[in-house]
Amino acid sequence: MRTFIKGGVHPEENKYAHHAPIETFPLPKQAGLYVTQHLGASSVIAVSKGDFVKTGQLLARGEAFISANLHSPFTGTVAKIEPVPDIAGYKKMAIVIDVEEDQWLEEIDTSAEIKREITLSRQEIIEKIKEKGIVGLGGACFPTHVKLMIPEGKKVDYCIINAAECEPYISVDNRIMIERTEEFLIGACILRTALGVPTVDIGIEHNKPEAIAKVKEVAAGFSGINVHILRTKYPQGAEKQLIKAITTREVPVGKLPVDVGCVVDNVATALSVYEAVQKNKPLMVSYLTYSGKSVNQPKNYKVRLGTPVSQIIEANGGLAADTEKLISGGPMMGKTIVNLNACITKGFTSLLQMNAKDTKRLEPSNCIRCGKCVDACPMGLEPYFLAPLVEYSRWEDAKSSFIISCIECGSCQFICPSSRPLLDYIRLGKSKVGEMMRTQK
Amino acid sequence: MSLLQISGSPHVHTTDSVKKIMWTVVIALIPAMIISFYYYGINAVCVTTVSVISCVVLEWVFQKFLMKKKATISDGSAVITGLLLAFNVPSNLSWWIIIIGAVVAIGISKMAFGGLGKNLFNPALVGRVFLLISFPQQMTSWPLPSQGFTNVDAVTGATPLAIIKTAMDAGRDATQLLKELPSYAQLLIGERGGSLGEIAALAIIAGGLLLLIRKIISWHIPVTFIGTVFIFASILHLINPALYITPQFHILTGGLLLGAIFMATDMVTSPMSNLGKIVFGIGCGLLTILIRVWGSYPEGVSFAILIMNAFVPLINKGCKPKRFGAKTIQ
Repeated sequence: MRTFIKGGVHPEENKYAHHAPIETFPLPKQAGLYVTQHLGASSVIAVSKGDFVKTGQLLARGEAFISANLHSPFTGTVAKIEPVPDIAGYKKMAIVIDVEEDQWLEEIDTSAEIKREITLSRQEIIEKIKEKGIVGLGGACFPTHVKLMIPEGKKVDYCIINAAECEPYISVDNRIMIERTEEFLIGACILRTALGVPTVDIGIEHNKPEAIAKVKEVAAGFSGINVHILRTKYPQGAEKQLIKAITTREVPVGKLPVDVGCVVDNVATALSVYEAVQKNKPLMVSYLTYSGKSVNQPKNYKVRLGTPVSQIIEANGGLAADTEKLISGGPMMGKTIVNLNACITKGFTSLLQMNAKDTKRLEPSNCIRCGKCVDACPMGLEPYFLAPLVEYSRWEDAKSSFIISCIECGSCQFICPSSRPLLDYIRLGKSKVGEMMRTQK
Repeated sequence: MSLLQISGSPHVHTTDSVKKIMWTVVIALIPAMIISFYYYGINAVCVTTVSVISCVVLEWVFQKFLMKKKATISDGSAVITGLLLAFNVPSNLSWWIIIIGAVVAIGISKMAFGGLGKNLFNPALVGRVFLLISFPQQMTSWPLPSQGFTNVDAVTGATPLAIIKTAMDAGRDATQLLKELPSYAQLLIGERGGSLGEIAALAIIAGGLLLLIRKIISWHIPVTFIGTVFIFASILHLINPALYITPQFHILTGGLLLGAIFMATDMVTSPMSNLGKIVFGIGCGLLTILIRVWGSYPEGVSFAILIMNAFVPLINKGCKPKRFGAKTIQ
């Protein structure tokens, strides 16, 4: 079984929601849609207060090169357009909709029928993906159509589907692969066609035997789908590590996967691509795992974008007495939720309710120079060395020690027996050094 | 309801801790300790007890009254220093000499640098070398193993390495000498003169395996250290068997195994990257044989490790891990 070679850790998997089927979460009474839910230039609002919108109607248009469209996941009236605090508490421009009963735009195919045949050309597919507002749903939310537009002079050899799902707790990609296998695989084939490569490589970690079996079974009916079973190790799902594991190619420092001929998309993205291209359906939902040690019954949900986070928690009996921390994303790289009234966005892969025992930060003690952080770093960095450089503001030294290469996977801080806040320092250093490099240019 | 916590990622942490690591090392040292109790009896128990208690008490005193910090003696690192110091001295050493050794080990080598993690040199070895230089008479009169607790006033004699050194200096033939020395089997189970914890090769290896399995040490330092000693000693032995003793003998005698497995691998005073560890191990091996064969001391492991400890910052600077994606940079 393959995996990436350098570094990595094995956090407790805790995939409690592995066997929980994806449930459709009920519609909220009011929903807030942040205008910009992707990485890139802000989208331009296309509706005004008081407008009646149908499900699937365009709310905001991505006009810049790296930007994305946003569609209304609900039918209802635009109540207001004003800044609403996001999960981190920062106010962001949002379109607030008073939700009514669904009236889908007629162009959207809402039937359950699976459309297998890919009739569109490469260019038409990319256009469609752009029009339907698809972004990378692994967490970064980079507009997918931009990823598919290969710059002049570059050649793509591999279309890779990231099905590693290496973060603990999160199980929703696993469920998509089990429950929507065929649609997911058609989506993968569409991406392959868009890139103009003959095969698509799917990398799944071996802790998902049910998904592996199902994908292999259904993939047998397709041609040109390679399923790679990868030895479970965090951070397998990190783009560069996944490319290394599947192709043995190494993305150079400061370069993109496309520079080594690879384009990576995740499972939920492939499913959204299927729905956009074959069913004309814009990206309007987020597939997420609701789990954590202070959750009684872990679940997987299909939630419409704009649903307040608090509603998911309330629907499950509210916060437990021992809840210490709420996380959006996985426990290794996710962000803590500050504002419970924030709304679900694109790429919201999980909502974790952690108890104190699980998530408490321990008092740091002296570094004992054990070198475990050096062993764990998948990028070949020296976290024990970078952290003090940042502490003493030695930015030039931090830069020459490759601080910018850090992918913020958290392996160093996870493994540190002295519980030192290594990544906190490195993250600070990265932003300082990044700033420095930009002003020097 | 209590307040929710906010922090950067990662939000989970390994169950490993400094405390766990240190106490596992203590457990790994127990087989060698038991063997020393078996052969040296009540004396060994006394030496070990005095050493461990004085190291722990001294660490507490230094932290509490001189450094005015929270005492961290429960992390077990002072216990390790105490055990290793005891393992590196003869079993009939007076209690007050041991306490001096502990003051040097904990006070000068560890606390003066800022405590656990900040010291440049292995504390137990600094303590041992200080005693060796200050009390050469007491530090080199080795009681021979006697088995059991009855024979308190054991006969003293030289260690195998000292026997060789004296004989070689007198111009005797090494091949003849081998017959007078303990057999390899005796060396493996500890029937020979020597410091407390270094006598039984098998017990030390057993402890080393535990550390390897628990991933507290990696193979790099022990294997390169012992390997270098083996290769270097083999070359010498092949050149002139009459002048140089066999490589097996070099490996099984003195403090080589204890040093290579427990002391050179000390996390704090060894290099960070695997490449650095290999360089460090080779350096230790070369220096050990150089000192044993041509130096004025019969045993060179302590000096070799301490000298290489001094090189660790340079090794860390020179041996960086392979950066992901740096190879293809233009």
